[in-house]
Amino acid sequence: MKKTYSRILQISGDVVTVEAEGVGYRELAEIYIKTGKSLAQVIRMSGQKVYLQVFAGSRGVSTGDKVRFLNHPMRISCSENLLGRIFNGAGLPRDNGPALTENLIDIGGPPVNPAKRIIPRKMIRTGIPMIDVFNSLVESQKLPIFSVPGEPYNELLARIAMQTEVDMIILGGMGLKYDDYLFFRNTLEEHGALSRAIFFVHTASDPTVECLLVPDMALAVAEQFALKGKRVLVLLTDMTNFADSLKEISITMEQIPSNRGYPGDLYSQLAARYEKAVDFDTAGSITILAVTTMPGDDVTHPVPDNTGYITEGQFYLRNATIEPFGSLSRLKQQVNDKTRKDHRTIMDTMTQLFAQYRETLEKMAMGFRMSEWDAKLLKYGKAFEEKMMSLTADIPLEKALDLGWQIMAESFEPAETGIKSILIEEFWPKNNNQKK
Amino acid sequence: MINSRYGKIAGINGNMIVAEFDDYVIQNEVAYVIHNEERLKSEVIRVRGNNAELQVYEDTSSLRIGEKVEFSGELLSVELGPGLLGQIFDGLQNPLPQLAEKFGFFLKRGEYLEALPDKSKWKFTPTVKKDDKVKAGDKLGFVDEGIFKHWIMVPFSLQGELEIVSIADVGTYALKDTIARLKDANGQIHSAAMQQIWPVKIPITAYAEKLKPLEPLTTKIRLIDSFFPVARGGTYCIPGPFGSGKTVLQQLISKHAEIDIVIIAACGERAGEVVETLRTFPEIIDTKTNKPLMERTVIICNTSSMPVAARESSVYTAVTIAEYYRQMGLNVLLLADSTSRWAQAMREMSGRLEEIPGEEAFPAYLETRIASFYERAGIVKLRDGSFGSVTIGGTVSPAGGNFEEPVTQSTLKVVGAFHGLSRDRSNARKYPAIDPLESWSKYRSVVDEAQIIKGKQILKKANEIYQMMKVIGEEGTSLEDFTVYMKGEFIDSVYLQQNAFDEVDAATDAERQRYVFNIIYEVINTQLDFKDKTESRKSFQVLIQKFHEWNSLEMQSEDFNKKEKEIKDIVAGKAKQKQNNEKDL
Repeated sequence: MKKTYSRILQISGDVVTVEAEGVGYRELAEIYIKTGKSLAQVIRMSGQKVYLQVFAGSRGVSTGDKVRFLNHPMRISCSENLLGRIFNGAGLPRDNGPALTENLIDIGGPPVNPAKRIIPRKMIRTGIPMIDVFNSLVESQKLPIFSVPGEPYNELLARIAMQTEVDMIILGGMGLKYDDYLFFRNTLEEHGALSRAIFFVHTASDPTVECLLVPDMALAVAEQFALKGKRVLVLLTDMTNFADSLKEISITMEQIPSNRGYPGDLYSQLAARYEKAVDFDTAGSITILAVTTMPGDDVTHPVPDNTGYITEGQFYLRNATIEPFGSLSRLKQQVNDKTRKDHRTIMDTMTQLFAQYRETLEKMAMGFRMSEWDAKLLKYGKAFEEKMMSLTADIPLEKALDLGWQIMAESFEPAETGIKSILIEEFWPKNNNQKK
Repeated sequence: MINSRYGKIAGINGNMIVAEFDDYVIQNEVAYVIHNEERLKSEVIRVRGNNAELQVYEDTSSLRIGEKVEFSGELLSVELGPGLLGQIFDGLQNPLPQLAEKFGFFLKRGEYLEALPDKSKWKFTPTVKKDDKVKAGDKLGFVDEGIFKHWIMVPFSLQGELEIVSIADVGTYALKDTIARLKDANGQIHSAAMQQIWPVKIPITAYAEKLKPLEPLTTKIRLIDSFFPVARGGTYCIPGPFGSGKTVLQQLISKHAEIDIVIIAACGERAGEVVETLRTFPEIIDTKTNKPLMERTVIICNTSSMPVAARESSVYTAVTIAEYYRQMGLNVLLLADSTSRWAQAMREMSGRLEEIPGEEAFPAYLETRIASFYERAGIVKLRDGSFGSVTIGGTVSPAGGNFEEPVTQSTLKVVGAFHGLSRDRSNARKYPAIDPLESWSKYRSVVDEAQIIKGKQILKKANEIYQMMKVIGEEGTSLEDFTVYMKGEFIDSVYLQQNAFDEVDAATDAERQRYVFNIIYEVINTQLDFKDKTESRKSFQVLIQKFHEWNSLEMQSEDFNKKEKEIKDIVAGKAKQKQNNEKDL
């Protein structure tokens, strides 16, 4: 029985209050506004008063408009037909395809029982050396990309979407600039990756409320596919916009803010999304990479700070490269001993040498005299930056490891690297003419 | 149930609902929200007129105004009895593996299973006889639970002196079978079973007296035991920014600490970390007992994506189970990771109740709640003369890594030791990343106090010199100062830091700590004679390297003694004439 009500008592921000009966908490409603209809969700109930968060925003809502309750929570259709499709934050098609209605699933389902989780063990190859070699991504991992606004984080995500070895990609865009949305669509289309992708895109000009639904829809769909055995990679950009939408709504609801205006449950809200990352023992997996822009490059800002406590490491994107220091995949130890036996050595040695290179750069900037060793380091560092750190690389892990040996051999004698001789014998490039 | 009282939902806001009632309600009693076939557990947290405000331990989606709420009359409680060890519970004591068996991958709301299966049977041996006089908490008999004698005790809720009317013979009984009947002063007969129920928010006090924690609890982490020790029955906290190694530290302590039982409360943290404990503990063999670690562990796990209100209850569930085993004369260590998430759960609820907020929107009662939680730790003398203890270690996850925030500050007021983790140290891959300059402890060290004071002085001085050196450079530093700086580096590198992956170095017992620190004391107390700074640095580098090798040798092995001699020779070789040995730096 779907009743219609027309007594809107209050409109405040994007929340309207209507008097109604027999409504379920978090249920959906439709509001018939002059300009069309919009979905809305129950976010609070008090006696007869039902508070609705209007997806399309409250602009133009009249106190006389009709509200019809749908008797079910937010749902989304989930089937193979979603592949290659693009939806908005309300789950409606953004491309010109048909609306889907079969096999509806609730979004924001229950959490996974921790007793059913397993220790992650499968590496995901991205073809990007700074990830594969230095901070391997692991199935079921949740990793944020901490970035200053202006860094090419969307380019990085698009590249990962194109070349990562997973069964499917789900992209959740929040507060995306329209250009960026087009960039994602066109890039994936050009590279033929669109057919294994599903987009949920909320652009900056869309209503705020829809931004909040994007991760839930993306992850609910991911979960369904993972349960069917698919290895799903969920890319979210940008979670700071998501948090800002939370802030906006909670302040409208007159909630007491805790830190810089963000609601007290920011941690729980973020965790509820990130913790959807999982490796199902007998089925597929969900891995999450989420861009989190850091306002003012401040990692102690509430959004990156809370995120850091939730996720399993982080990538720092600086000067269009993944910063080798500070970036960390906490799960890499689970997998990088099973790839190739020189993997960990390359990772450790190259990072250490690169750290020395950075020190040399500092010394150089301060006008100190450069030693012969410094010159070697400078040569090495430049090669490392050019060949390894490039985010436009697409190199399989083994090739990347070989490249690592190559870069070192071009600058150093084997003994200078401190690598064990067994590995040197096996991997050090043989007929290499070292230029002094 | 006979005295069921009912109310109906009048408002919903997140996980808080308002229920209208006619009869009466009890503050903090458990209520069930009835939604079709589902019964959602909740707790009364505020009463206003005819409205009771309840925090629901589940997701509240699709609840409706007018739906029935059933008040149970009981406070939120846990089941206590044999069979708790090795279990994995959620914050409301639902066994997670059994839930997984029944419902698969996902947690289903409103489904609760008994924590201890009623039909499980245990072989009971009585230790009292008819007509004996007993009090609450006194031992009636025991069952064998793994490696422990699990004492069955007079229900903690009974009062005054009781007389045993009947006691079961040796035999196998189910958990709820009556094993004893007890007569109180008024002649009323109470029956006791192996299982008892206790409300989680009320401390168990069935002991003779609570004592001051004096005896050190060896965690086998040198930095803790020697410099910032924890006492049996004491409390400590580990605040640190993300990625500074809080959880790793807790995991290692749970493995190595000299303790009977470890209760891990994974409160609002990553599920992945619990999984690691879950999957590895059954396989790690405890060197002391030769049994898997899991057999002396209970895990209470309410990870970050599980309902928030149950997160709040999880630390209480954990501490109640800890107190229960303490009553048997065991030493229990409770590790709560992380108390900040627990505090945040309180903040969320407080916000929904629209209470006037305190600092950073935490409720004004944050401090008292934290204090009363840590106060449940302690070493107690039981009525039979034996001792039992609960030690509580809580991690704190301060926002932005800044210790000036309310949860860290409220915790520091009540704990006995503070192990502050520093991001600088963890970035420099120094394990454990506990900051030796900021941390403190009020407990007694396993090493001679005077030696430790000297060690701390050197560390402090070395840091001052290091700060100065950053400004004036090595050239401007005197050789004497430079050597003090090297001594500081030496203590840090060979004693404060441990190699968690080295079998021997990962855990150092108290005896070895005393032995090794004696030599360190000798080194730092010796006036060393160097030509220049280069020699000073080189000598210390050699010393450090030798020491590292020494650290990973079994104590009293031949190699151990040999290496010790090498170290002593180096020091002796560089020492100034003998008469100067005792001279202070």
